[in-house]
Amino acid sequence: MPESLVLKGGRVVEQAGERVADVVVSEGRIVAVGPDLSADRVLDAGGCVVAPGLVDLHAHLRQPGQEEAETIETGSRCAALGGFTAVVAMPNTTPAIDSAAVVREVQELARAALCAVHPAGAITVGRAGERLAPLAEMAELGVRLFTDDGTGVQDDLLMRRAMEYAVGLPHDVVLAQHCENAELAAGGHMHEGEWSSRLGMAGQPSEAEEAMVARDIALARLTGCRVHMQHMSTAGSVALVAAARASGLAISAEATPHHLLLTHAACASFDPVFKVNPPLRTEEDVAAVRRGVADGALDVIATDHAPHTPDAKDEPFDQAPPGMLGLEFALGVALSVLDLPLGEVLARMSWRPAAVAGLAGTQGGPVEPGRPANLCVIDPEASWTVEAGATASRSRNIPYVGRTLKGRVRHTVSAGEPVVVDGVAQR
Amino acid sequence: MRHLLDTASLDRPAIEELLTLTDSFVEVSGRQIPKVPALRGRTVASLFYEDSTRTRLSFETAAKRLSADTMTFSVSTSSVNKGESLRDTALTIEAMGVDAVVVRHRSAGAPHRVASWIDAQVINGGDGWHDHPTQALLDCYTLRQRLGGLDGVRVAIVGDVKHSRVARGDVHAFATLGAEVTLVAPPTLLPPSLAGWPVRVAHRLDDVLDEVDVVYLLRMQQERMTEALVPSLREYTAGYGLTRARAGRLGPDAVIMHPGPMNRGVEIAPEAADDPRAVIVDQVRNGVAVRMAVLFRLLGAEGRTGSLGADAPTDTDAPADTPADADAPTDADKESSRA
Repeated sequence: MPESLVLKGGRVVEQAGERVADVVVSEGRIVAVGPDLSADRVLDAGGCVVAPGLVDLHAHLRQPGQEEAETIETGSRCAALGGFTAVVAMPNTTPAIDSAAVVREVQELARAALCAVHPAGAITVGRAGERLAPLAEMAELGVRLFTDDGTGVQDDLLMRRAMEYAVGLPHDVVLAQHCENAELAAGGHMHEGEWSSRLGMAGQPSEAEEAMVARDIALARLTGCRVHMQHMSTAGSVALVAAARASGLAISAEATPHHLLLTHAACASFDPVFKVNPPLRTEEDVAAVRRGVADGALDVIATDHAPHTPDAKDEPFDQAPPGMLGLEFALGVALSVLDLPLGEVLARMSWRPAAVAGLAGTQGGPVEPGRPANLCVIDPEASWTVEAGATASRSRNIPYVGRTLKGRVRHTVSAGEPVVVDGVAQR
Repeated sequence: MRHLLDTASLDRPAIEELLTLTDSFVEVSGRQIPKVPALRGRTVASLFYEDSTRTRLSFETAAKRLSADTMTFSVSTSSVNKGESLRDTALTIEAMGVDAVVVRHRSAGAPHRVASWIDAQVINGGDGWHDHPTQALLDCYTLRQRLGGLDGVRVAIVGDVKHSRVARGDVHAFATLGAEVTLVAPPTLLPPSLAGWPVRVAHRLDDVLDEVDVVYLLRMQQERMTEALVPSLREYTAGYGLTRARAGRLGPDAVIMHPGPMNRGVEIAPEAADDPRAVIVDQVRNGVAVRMAVLFRLLGAEGRTGSLGADAPTDTDAPADTPADADAPTDADKESSRA
C-alpha cells in the first residue's frame, strides 16, 4: 500500500472560503478533507494555513544553457521551499525555448523537479523579435504561455500578428509581455530619476515601460488576444492596466515581490544585487503597485526569480546582469507588505496565476477529494530574517538579506509528495 | 576617513580639513626639492581603466612627493584584456601589498565595488558620470585660493552636467562650502532629476552671466551631437560657450574654470582660456597638492590621535635630498610611523 499523508490541524483556505479541516493525501491526490482524519504519516499543520500550492508565472530556471546559475532541479527546490507547486519557466535560456525540441528537453528535465515545471515558449524565434516562433507546435506539447521575456517584442506589426495568430490556435494560450520600449530604455541600468541622476547612472524612464503597455492594450483590443503584462513596475502602467481591465479586455498583469518592497534608493550602494529589469522605481510607484495588487488591477504576484552567479554580480553596477532571486521569499514579502487577507494574497499567488497559465485543472483548485494534491502549508505569523546565502539556488543574489519577513512555508506537497517538510527540502 | 569614494560623504569640516592640509603641501610643492618622507614604505597603486593621463600623473606625482612607492596598472597591457574581472584584478593588486588604490573607471560606482572587495584604502579617481572627488577638492582649493572662501560665491557650472562626474562632485562640494550654484545647460544635458540638488537651473548662459562670480565650463564632447542632445557644436557654442564677448561681460574679479582638457573654440574661446581671470593652470597645479593631502590623510594619519592640522608636514619632515636618503628611514619617518 502506498503511504498516505495527513496535513493535520490546519485551517484550509481556498477560493471558496476557509474552514478548519485535516487533509489526507494518497497516490498524488486529495482523498479526504474533514475533522480528525488519520493516515500513515502526519504532517503538523497546527496554527497554519493549508492552501492550494502557489503558482509562479515567471521564473528563470536557466536550463538549458546557464546551469552554473541555476538548474530546473535547484530552481524547483527554491520554488518548493517557497510554497510553489508549479512554476512557468521563462524561455530566455540557451538555446531559447522556441521550438518543440527545446520544449521537450525542458519537460524531460522537469521530471527531476520538486514541483511542476511548465516551459513558456518564445513568441519569436530566438527571442530576436524578427519572426514568429512555432506557437502551434509548442502549444501541442502543452505550452500555454508565450513570451520573449527579457525583452519586449519591439515590432508593432509583428506583435499584432502574434496576437492574431495566437487567437486562432486550437488551445487557449496567453501572450505575456516584458513591456519595455528598447529605444526609450536604451543604455539604462536603473530607474531614470532622482537616484540615477545623483549616482551618474544612465536610467530607464517609466515611460519606456508604459509605452509598450499602452501599445499592447491597443493591440489586445484590436485582436481579442488574451494578454498578460509581466512585472508591472510603474504607477502609469498600473493605471493603464486598470483602465484596460475595467473596459473588459482580457488582460492580466503581475507584480513582483521586489517591486512591492524595494525602491531605486537601494541602488545607492552600487550593489548590483539591486539591479533588476524593470528597475526598482520610486516610492510612489511602489505604493501604486501595492494598490494595484490590492484592488485587483494587478491580479497576479509573480517572482521573476532570476539567478545569476556571484561572479556575474561581482561587477560594477552597469556591467552586472539584471535579476534577483525570488521564489523562496515571495510569499514572505507579499505577506509583509500587503494589507490584504491571506485569501486575497493566495488568490494572486495560486488560483489566479493557475488560471492565467491554463493550469487550473491541476493547480490552485479547491481542496477537495479527487483533486491533485498540490498543497502548501503556511505559518502566516512566522517571523524570519533573511540571511545571506540562505537559499537552495545555485546563485546568491538575494536582495532581502537582513530583512525580517512575516509568513513562512512549513510544508509543500507536490503531486502528493511531501517535497518540503518543516521548512526543509526532502530531496 | 577610510576611503575617498565621493564628495557626498564629505561634510564641511572634512573638506576644510583637507583644504587646510593642502596648504601645507602647496608649500612643499614650492620647495626646491618638493618631497617629504611622510609616506615612505607605503605603496599607492593606480588602477586606471579609462585613459586619463593628467589625473594619473597628478596622483603619481603626489604619491612620489610623499615618498610613497607607486605602481601603475595599465589596463591596455594587463590581464583585463584576457577577461580578468575588476574584482580579481583588485584582489591581485592588493595581494602585492599595496596600501591604497586609486581607481579610475568608466562605470559609476566601480571604486565603491573595489572598496567592498579589498582592505586597502580606495580613492575614487573618477567613476563614470558619478563623481571625481579630488577634482572637486582641487576646484574648491583653487577658488578659496583666489577668492578667500566660497561662502556666498555665485558659481555657474555650464554645459554637459548630465554626463559630468566633475559637475556632480563640484555641486556638492561647492554647496557644502557655502557657494550658490547655478547649472546652465539645455534640458538635454541636465540630469533627468535634480531633486535634492542644492542648485538653481538656467537654460541660457546670457541670463546668468551678469550675476555670477565664477564660470565653470565643462568639456563638450562630439558624441553628444550624434546622440541628438544638441544639434551642433556651433549651436552649442552660440548658446553656452564662453566666447570672447561673454568673457568681456564678466567682472574684473570673476573666475574662469575648466577641468580640462579644453575644446578651445567650443565651450571656451582661446582668449577666455588665456585670460588672467582664468585659473585653469592653477587647478592642475593644485591638483597635486590636493592629492598629496588626500593620500596623507588616508595613509599618513593612520593611528594618529591629534588633529590632522597639527600632523601636517613641516620643515622637520626633511625632504629626501639624495637617493640614499630616499631609501633610508629618517627620524622624521620614524616619527611619522609612530604617530
